[in-house]
Amino acid sequence: MISVAPDMSNKTSSVIDLNNLRDEQIALRIKELDLYYAEKQALENITMNIPKGQVTAFIGPSGCGKSTLLRCINRMNDLVDTCRIEGEILLHNQNIYDKSVDVASLRRAVGMVFQRPNPFPKTIYENVVYGLRLQGIKDRRILDEVVERSLRNAALWNEVKDRLHDSALGLSGGQQQRLVIARAIAIEPEVLLLDEPTSALDPISTLTIEELITELKDKYTVVIVTHNMQQAARVSDQTAFMYMGQLIEHADTNTLFTTPKMKKTEDYITGRYG
Amino acid sequence: MELNLNKHISGQFNEELEQIRNDVLKMGGLVEQQLTNALNAVNNSDQALAKRVLETDYLINRMEVQIDQECTRIIAKRQPAASDLRLVLAIVKTITDLERIGDEAERIAKVALESFNKTQQEFLVSMDNMGRKAIHMLNQVLDAFARMDVDAAFEVHKSDKILDKEYEAITRQLMTYMMEDPRSIPKVMDVFWSVRSLERIGDRCQNISEYVIYFVKGTDVRHTSEKDIQNNVLS
Repeated sequence: MISVAPDMSNKTSSVIDLNNLRDEQIALRIKELDLYYAEKQALENITMNIPKGQVTAFIGPSGCGKSTLLRCINRMNDLVDTCRIEGEILLHNQNIYDKSVDVASLRRAVGMVFQRPNPFPKTIYENVVYGLRLQGIKDRRILDEVVERSLRNAALWNEVKDRLHDSALGLSGGQQQRLVIARAIAIEPEVLLLDEPTSALDPISTLTIEELITELKDKYTVVIVTHNMQQAARVSDQTAFMYMGQLIEHADTNTLFTTPKMKKTEDYITGRYG
Repeated sequence: MELNLNKHISGQFNEELEQIRNDVLKMGGLVEQQLTNALNAVNNSDQALAKRVLETDYLINRMEVQIDQECTRIIAKRQPAASDLRLVLAIVKTITDLERIGDEAERIAKVALESFNKTQQEFLVSMDNMGRKAIHMLNQVLDAFARMDVDAAFEVHKSDKILDKEYEAITRQLMTYMMEDPRSIPKVMDVFWSVRSLERIGDRCQNISEYVIYFVKGTDVRHTSEKDIQNNVLS
């Protein structure tokens, strides 16, 4: 006789309540963030918490501000002269836009991977240890260890272990993107930002990267911007839908893709015009 | 609820969704016709009509398979989300129940092929009464489905109780007949199975009403009490 009902809950995604996050569950707090490019306001009053150890996806039509928001998280927008930011992004309860924050150390804590793989014209090995060399680490044993661990975590080790000292530019697009991810995680960041990491890749390489993303969340908080809604649905735990610079809806991915609350979200994910 | 099926950027997708929805309504109409014919055949001892019901059931089966295939194609090609996904799922489930209602109609029609003596004719009268209620319920739920009207669906959901009560009453009546005249048992059992079919049709209409509520509200209300549906889903 079965005395206990079988547990049918979905074990692959750890559902957490976004509205009731405990402090230790939060990786980043974004508070009332406004961003202007010269006179044009690109982000309006964005307030959201990004949970730790989860994959959060930003989706929305082109120009909705999702990439801009992602770039705010490691201050990439600092490079844009006309860009002005109000509001706060808190990492460990410190506003990353505070004057006392060193941008280089912020970017060590918050790594980023871009749409097009951008390996340095160096060997595979040197690409991975680049960040460590900048930190002045020279110990060969440590470097070797980091290379193996990072490449393994980036699901690339088996493919390149016999040619670590060949040029990284000889790798395929998908391999290069995984190498770039290996380079990003070699310095052990807390948060990994992925800006359309698969839009330049073929479907198989895309799946490999997606598989990698779900593995990465064990160690890192991942934030991904993607144009591919199915990809957001597949890889993320939480999804934020943005539209014209505003955060319209932020919910757990299962809910957002089956029963969104806002009409704008519904129209976007079902491919309707508003 | 507004279906908004014509608002997709992909016109082809609009057409595909509209097509399966129309197919379900067509299938529902056919099932309704079958049930009406089956009951009329019993009521009028019309063997020709009963045979026609038996011969027509394959059409319903074929529609179920076709609509199922079309839904599979839509899921594979379009990856529907949110209300579109719920519509496809609601349709897949609805047609399963409609097909089974078709089978029940077939079972009822078989009773018309039997001959009943004068006393036994009496059983058929109360069955016909219950049958009218089942047809009404099917008609109402198809209407609620066509309009995706959650309130109308909930009315159907509640009305299943009436059919259940009727089923109990007729069962008691049939048992009395069997006790009084054991020789009548084979015939009474034929009627009993038909009455049972009608009761099942009520349950299947109730299922369809639940899919309508699921589509509109996004909440699965199967195995949920009427009170909980009223308080937690509809209000």
